[in-house]
Amino acid sequence: MSLKSKLHNLKEKYKGKKMAPAFNALHTFLYLPNETTHGGTHVKAADDLKRTMNTVIMALVPCLIYGMFNAGYQHYLATGAIEAADGFLGASFWTLDNLILGAWQVLPLVIVSYGVGLAVEFLFAVIKGHEVEEGYLVTGMLVPLIVPVDIPLWMLAVAVIFGVVIGKEVFGGTGMNILNPALTIRAFLFFAYPTWMSGDKVWVHGAVERSQQIAAGQNVDAISGETLLGAYAQNSTLPGIDYWDMFWGLIPGSVGETSKFLIIIGALFLIFTKVGSWRIMLSTIIGALVMGLIFNGVVDAGWIPDTSKFYGLMSVPFWQHLIIGSILFGAVYMATDPVTASQTNKGKWIYGFLIGFISIMIRVFNPAYPEGVFLAILLMNVFAPTIDHYVVQANVKKRMKRLKVKTA
Amino acid sequence: MSKDIRIKKGLDIKLVGEAEKTTDAAKASSYYAIKPEDFHGIIPKLLVKVGHKIKAGEALFHSKSDETLVFPSPVSGEISEIIRGAKRKILEIRILADATQVHHDFGKKDASKMSGEEVKAHLLATGCWPFIKQRPYDVIANPANSPKAIFVSGHNSAPLAADLEYVLAGKEAELTAALTALTKLTEGSVHVVTKKGGNSPLANVAGTTSHTVSGPHPAGNVGTHINKIDPVNKGETVWTIAAQDLIIIGEVLLTGKFNATRTIAVTGSQISNPKYVTAIAGANIKDLVAGNINLDNTRVISGNVLSGRQEGAEGVLGYYDNQITAIPEGDDYEFFGWNKPIFNKVSTSRALTFSWLKPNKKYDLNTNTNGEHRAFVTTGTYEEVFPLDIYPMQTLKACMYADLDEMEALGMYEVAPEDFALTEFVCVSKQPHQKIIREGLDLMLKEIG
Repeated sequence: MSLKSKLHNLKEKYKGKKMAPAFNALHTFLYLPNETTHGGTHVKAADDLKRTMNTVIMALVPCLIYGMFNAGYQHYLATGAIEAADGFLGASFWTLDNLILGAWQVLPLVIVSYGVGLAVEFLFAVIKGHEVEEGYLVTGMLVPLIVPVDIPLWMLAVAVIFGVVIGKEVFGGTGMNILNPALTIRAFLFFAYPTWMSGDKVWVHGAVERSQQIAAGQNVDAISGETLLGAYAQNSTLPGIDYWDMFWGLIPGSVGETSKFLIIIGALFLIFTKVGSWRIMLSTIIGALVMGLIFNGVVDAGWIPDTSKFYGLMSVPFWQHLIIGSILFGAVYMATDPVTASQTNKGKWIYGFLIGFISIMIRVFNPAYPEGVFLAILLMNVFAPTIDHYVVQANVKKRMKRLKVKTA
Repeated sequence: MSKDIRIKKGLDIKLVGEAEKTTDAAKASSYYAIKPEDFHGIIPKLLVKVGHKIKAGEALFHSKSDETLVFPSPVSGEISEIIRGAKRKILEIRILADATQVHHDFGKKDASKMSGEEVKAHLLATGCWPFIKQRPYDVIANPANSPKAIFVSGHNSAPLAADLEYVLAGKEAELTAALTALTKLTEGSVHVVTKKGGNSPLANVAGTTSHTVSGPHPAGNVGTHINKIDPVNKGETVWTIAAQDLIIIGEVLLTGKFNATRTIAVTGSQISNPKYVTAIAGANIKDLVAGNINLDNTRVISGNVLSGRQEGAEGVLGYYDNQITAIPEGDDYEFFGWNKPIFNKVSTSRALTFSWLKPNKKYDLNTNTNGEHRAFVTTGTYEEVFPLDIYPMQTLKACMYADLDEMEALGMYEVAPEDFALTEFVCVSKQPHQKIIREGLDLMLKEIG
């Protein structure tokens, strides 16, 4: 008996039982189901939700692989074991040592994210008797890419449980949530464990450990674990980093967000496959540039003294905001989540613009933590239904006006 | 004022098995059947019993709510069987056809000399009224209303649809008579929309307003035309009628005989020799496709693949249908079907689906859903295939949570289930859009009326 018919018999056996959703989730992972159409259209297009989600994951894989190399690279660079790489293809970047150390740090994050998150999803599916929906496939991939590399795994697990339950399942699961689940997880980490999620230690593997050793009186060199944004917020900068390093991603930061080059490639893939909304991506970038220009204008007009604590970030040339921090990653992979974004095409322009605009505003003015992208996206997630409401009302008003003209 | 409508949003689903332009007469069916479910919302009151002899055109039943609204027998013969379902609901009325058909004589009429009331009474009496449908609600028109306009689509853009220019050719006299009669039924215009660059016998008939349309499906849907020419507002009614049914109305007027013979396109990849056949409404499908079909795991549909009805090879031709489609069932598993590159299915995305590479390729699609039912997730995909000035997803959701005010505000008066066939086809979450809209319309009809 072939695997196909064995699984089919098992599916028939589990039908109607409590465990059916869990079995079906595994079954449909292997085989496209044998369901046929009933009523309605007799044929259907080739795409299903799994394919859509899988496309996003494919767009994220380069960022993940790069993130592994970068985690190792940043560690060895900070400890002085290697020289700085020269550009994207620099010899000291794509080394086996970097990959091994990075994979050792990053893969556990991926495993915990998927393991814990999918366990919660299966549990809810079995309790509530619905199918396991595919939303977490993308969330589970995003989560390891937006956390610092040294985050303790238990912390991640707690956050994932919180994010999936409160961010998604209480609203009814995939398609019903108001907030982006991956960002809910990120926000939970930020507010529950602020000392871990910000500051100048967590962004390079080993930096925290080393500082603890120093505090314990050992005679070793400190490792700087600071991000570029953190440095700018202190009105300083990191030595030895030029714009190309930022663009290629040879900088410390969350695991997957540093390489703007690979993010742009992922964005082009998502736009080409029509899975990601180009409207949101483009308008987010426009919004960020506009806010950056306004801040540059304020600095140029001399309205703010260079002793101000906002001066450092405000004076960053507006276009550089795109290559530092996580604005591009947020615009491409986070803001475009179709469930939590605006659903109308006009609404998407407004929604994206405001995300970009507010991201840079928070980035400059937030005293505690020099990044605002995830806060801006969560804020606009909340306002997306309001934006859609007004866009749809315009259509409704047009219809009302037509009626009035007729009856007048 | 005539309009040239250009549709950009939409999708032509190109399938294997387009009918070749030759017409054969199908062999006469042993029995014919009328299914009251073809007439949505009508509760039938039978006028005949098993064993009654009946002539073609004589009434089989009338609507419970309106005695004047009668539904005629398409053939002459003997009522052989009345099949009932749960709660004695009438599912099928079967008529054993006579070898030589006898038609009831309704008398010849000259529509141009009749008043609107006379036309209405004549169409009701001859059983032609059920051909006229109304928006809102997509049901048989209420004869008590007076519509602001009447729409006739002379272009059928659905997959593998019968070419209306081909099947209407040579029927100019009947079409003109029927259109003349329709002009008496409305104070407004009778809008006739034909394919741009075509040569339809429907175009430029005196007394009607002619428009042309071009673009992908649903360019031929009458709902698209209404939305672009004269949308339905609250409190207004428009009537629609299928072009082929005009021939039947025309023949009643010109000869006095109710003759429900149509030219049917027999299509689909499971048909060995796709072509046109002439047949009477309610005919057995197996007689239409005899010797011409591969019945191995085949779905036989009365109508097109988007909004037709699954009938099976033993079923009958629907009362309004002019197409039979036979496609393979897709009741098999496909290994890693959700992530491997796909070349043999249609898709509007490019997520490792490659139908965008060959826009003119003809596909042999089966009935597999290509995925499981999910909540609405993706946005913007429906809008790409939905040319109406309506928000499709918001409208569907309003129907699902049964918010009558919102349904009304979003434009439910303007739509029919078939307008949502393409959004259902492309739906990543495999939601039953047409069913949702139908139930929404039924709810509105019940609550608002």
